[in-house]
Amino acid sequence: MTKQSQFSGGFSDASIQAAHAFRAAMTAMARPGEIRSLTGGLPPKPLSIAAGTLLLTLCDPETNVYLAGAADTPAVRQWLTFHTGAPVTGAAEADFALGTWQDLGPLTAYRIGTAEYPDRSATLIVECAELTNAGATLSGPGIRDTACLSLPDIPALHANSSMFPLGCDFFFTCGSEVAALPRSTTIRSEG
Amino acid sequence: MSEYNFAYLDEQTKRMIRRAILKGLAVPGYQVPFASREMPMPYGWGTGGVQVSAATLTPDDTFKVIDQGADDTTNAVSIRKFFENTAGVETTEETEKASLIQTRHRIPEAKLREDQIIVYQVPIPEPLRFLEPRETETRKMHSLEEYGLMHVKLYEDISQHGAISTSYAYPVKVSGRYVMDPSPIPKFDNPKLEMDAIQLFGAGREQRIYAVPPHTKVVSLDFEDYPFEATKADHPCDLCGAEDSYLDEVITDDAGSRMFVCSDTDYCRCRREAGHTGRMTKDVAA
Repeated sequence: MTKQSQFSGGFSDASIQAAHAFRAAMTAMARPGEIRSLTGGLPPKPLSIAAGTLLLTLCDPETNVYLAGAADTPAVRQWLTFHTGAPVTGAAEADFALGTWQDLGPLTAYRIGTAEYPDRSATLIVECAELTNAGATLSGPGIRDTACLSLPDIPALHANSSMFPLGCDFFFTCGSEVAALPRSTTIRSEG
Repeated sequence: MSEYNFAYLDEQTKRMIRRAILKGLAVPGYQVPFASREMPMPYGWGTGGVQVSAATLTPDDTFKVIDQGADDTTNAVSIRKFFENTAGVETTEETEKASLIQTRHRIPEAKLREDQIIVYQVPIPEPLRFLEPRETETRKMHSLEEYGLMHVKLYEDISQHGAISTSYAYPVKVSGRYVMDPSPIPKFDNPKLEMDAIQLFGAGREQRIYAVPPHTKVVSLDFEDYPFEATKADHPCDLCGAEDSYLDEVITDDAGSRMFVCSDTDYCRCRREAGHTGRMTKDVAA
């Protein structure tokens, strides 16, 4: 394997790989709880392949990115800047935030949109140790009856969805897999 | 084909559209503003739908375009050719075989599947626009969930015509929150808006994208004593005999003769190939 540098690990065929990656991300967002494979990028540690691919697919100079905690390394910053040109900012201005659930911290730090423009909210990319169809029970748009997904913090995410139509939207990434949780999803703890 | 970036648009434009689609899916029925680009076709020809399709297509897709249900009208043919040339995708006229369907003003008769995506071309995305011309006001009305004006409009239909006379672009409430214009589909198609496929809506001139995820509750607005009714011409198709499909009325001469045919050309063709006949094909078969 070649040495990882800030110049490597981007899309080798940008338009095609981005198209496939977006379809996976969009399908995940349209069907909360569904776990899909998301590959194409090879980001520096500690980012997962899925999280790096999401950044390559969705970020550019028009989007502010917040790198939380362990994700904020010089290597990640250089890689992100070289491949996307996205400015790295604080949580309050972020369009996209990336990190583990602990590092991302309380959701009150992020933009939730305004009543007239609820789309002006942050999308959080949460790096997870595991991603399985177990744990919280999800229902709502995109879900036939119910779906299950391992969520890091059910009370906080429930509070987020109770603000609908305001709130943050989430991608959960683990290795080369992704699942999504839009604010429209109703969350119940199992049982 | 090599002269164009995949699917015509540049990557930064596609990212901007993709971000809008994701927010649209997260807030079903809400209209997300986006920086619509000028496309090599006039406004009103589906520039919004084309941009959403361009941002969504992958080289593995099989693409179908319908215009009022038909695969063979100018608009459908030209958009299909556009993506054949710029994205090199397979195209089809068969609803079954398509993975991505762009439509102008119809939902195919065949039930769409989980693995399909339908992209609607939308002229006026704001359902309240003809009741309130100011965007600042309609934004406020959506934010306050103030949809009384729409019910007044439907009520006035009843008081003038004895029934809700709105027959296309019939307003719906999505997931119990946003009132949405389903694009000018006939209200016959409204019940199909609750489907297994992902629905994306693009309005190019008005610069709005919105979405309805699969299995989302979509309710056509109505009154308890005047419930919503999906209507169609009260005839069977004259070519395939279908009684459950939406029909176009076609004037066939200047003496007032007319025929009714399925507006979904693929549906009609499939039925005729399966041996079904209608009033005007019986004689031919006999």
